[in-house]
Amino acid sequence: MNYDFDWSILWEEPHRSRIIEGLQTTLQLSLLAWVLALGLGILIGSIRMSNSRFLRIFGSAYVELFRNIPLLLQLFIWFFVFPLLLPRDWMLSWNRMDNVPFLTALIGLSLFTSARVAEQIRSGISSIPKGQLDAAYSTGLSNVQTYRYIVIPYAFRVMIPAISSEFLTIFKNSALTLTIGVAEITNTSRAIEAWSFRGIEAYSVASLTYMATTASVVIFMSWLEHALRIPGLIGKR
Amino acid sequence: MDWSVITDNLPFLMKGLSLSFQLAALTTVLSLSLACFIAIGRISHRRWIRYPSAIFVNLLRSNPLILIVFWFFFLVPLLTGKHVGEFWSVLIAFVVFFSAYFAEIVRSGIQSVGSNQIKAALSTGLSYPQTMRLIVLPQAMRNVMPALVTECVIVFQGTTIAYVIGLREFLHSTILVTERTVRPVELYLFAALVYFVVCFAGSTLARRLEKKAIRV
Repeated sequence: MNYDFDWSILWEEPHRSRIIEGLQTTLQLSLLAWVLALGLGILIGSIRMSNSRFLRIFGSAYVELFRNIPLLLQLFIWFFVFPLLLPRDWMLSWNRMDNVPFLTALIGLSLFTSARVAEQIRSGISSIPKGQLDAAYSTGLSNVQTYRYIVIPYAFRVMIPAISSEFLTIFKNSALTLTIGVAEITNTSRAIEAWSFRGIEAYSVASLTYMATTASVVIFMSWLEHALRIPGLIGKR
Repeated sequence: MDWSVITDNLPFLMKGLSLSFQLAALTTVLSLSLACFIAIGRISHRRWIRYPSAIFVNLLRSNPLILIVFWFFFLVPLLTGKHVGEFWSVLIAFVVFFSAYFAEIVRSGIQSVGSNQIKAALSTGLSYPQTMRLIVLPQAMRNVMPALVTECVIVFQGTTIAYVIGLREFLHSTILVTERTVRPVELYLFAALVYFVVCFAGSTLARRLEKKAIRV
């Protein structure tokens, strides 16, 4: 293998400002999509635990639908198919909006991830021993109070690892949005490679971004998990 | 809506689907075999085996698959000095990437077997490789069967990513037909249906296995 490294190319314009833009887009997109996915996921997760049969079936259908279709295809459907199914006026105003790829990516990523979050929420809530609920009701707490003081504090702590790993998943999945033209960091790397044929330097930028972010999230979350642990439950360290 | 576009192009689409299945099957078999070695390396007592295995797994698990595919598409011709074609370059990238995920599943399986089994096996005179192959791995695989099936579904969904470097798997075939016929609604929904049926069957199987494992 003979390859001349030239890392300085990454500091040269237009690559430097492209890299900064790519970093911003990746972070913005994945943070926004994560927040949306958490909100939606909590909603769908609770629907799946409800007493209404109709809501439960709706919840399961939602989860199965979004989990069993590849994300890349979901992005294409939101990008190419969804606008065509809208009424004509809506379609025109959708197409006139700035940054349609970014919005499409946001919708696609958050819906895909919300189905996964819903599953985590459900398994988090069902991990609560039934005795806890019985005890809460028998001390005279109402349904809302039981959820507020017993279920949510417990389930939230149990779910911290799952929620943080969903952030990392969405962060890595955001790379797929380059296929619909979002200028995120993998897209930037590919553009630099195509422009300069310096593949190792170009792809290192994206790889380092993902690895550094993963490492910091993992370290922060294990600190958080430790700080918020329930004595006797996750306190093994 | 004009669904005849699907029946007209069915042979072409099915050729793509069969390539997707081949890619997924080859990836699963090869990366699962590689994963067994990495998983055993991850729990080795020797640091010079354990650390590189851990670095390998964490390096790949913190990168997106699409980026790994780009890396290998660029690196393989550079390392081998010749053009190997899209299929091989994607296959190598997939095997390397998914072996890291399979390795973590196999490792949790090995750890679920318990050290008494290993001690007992070693004390009957089996060597360490024999213990792993005959005693530990068969039980480990059975314990993590649901997770392995789920991972196979993820591999199948992952084959769509081969489209970015121009391999004609199912998604790429769909896109090619769409570009020619300009019927995105019918074709993309059809592709979604096909992927859904395959992946739903896989995840239902995983759920069945999990329920069965809990009952025993």
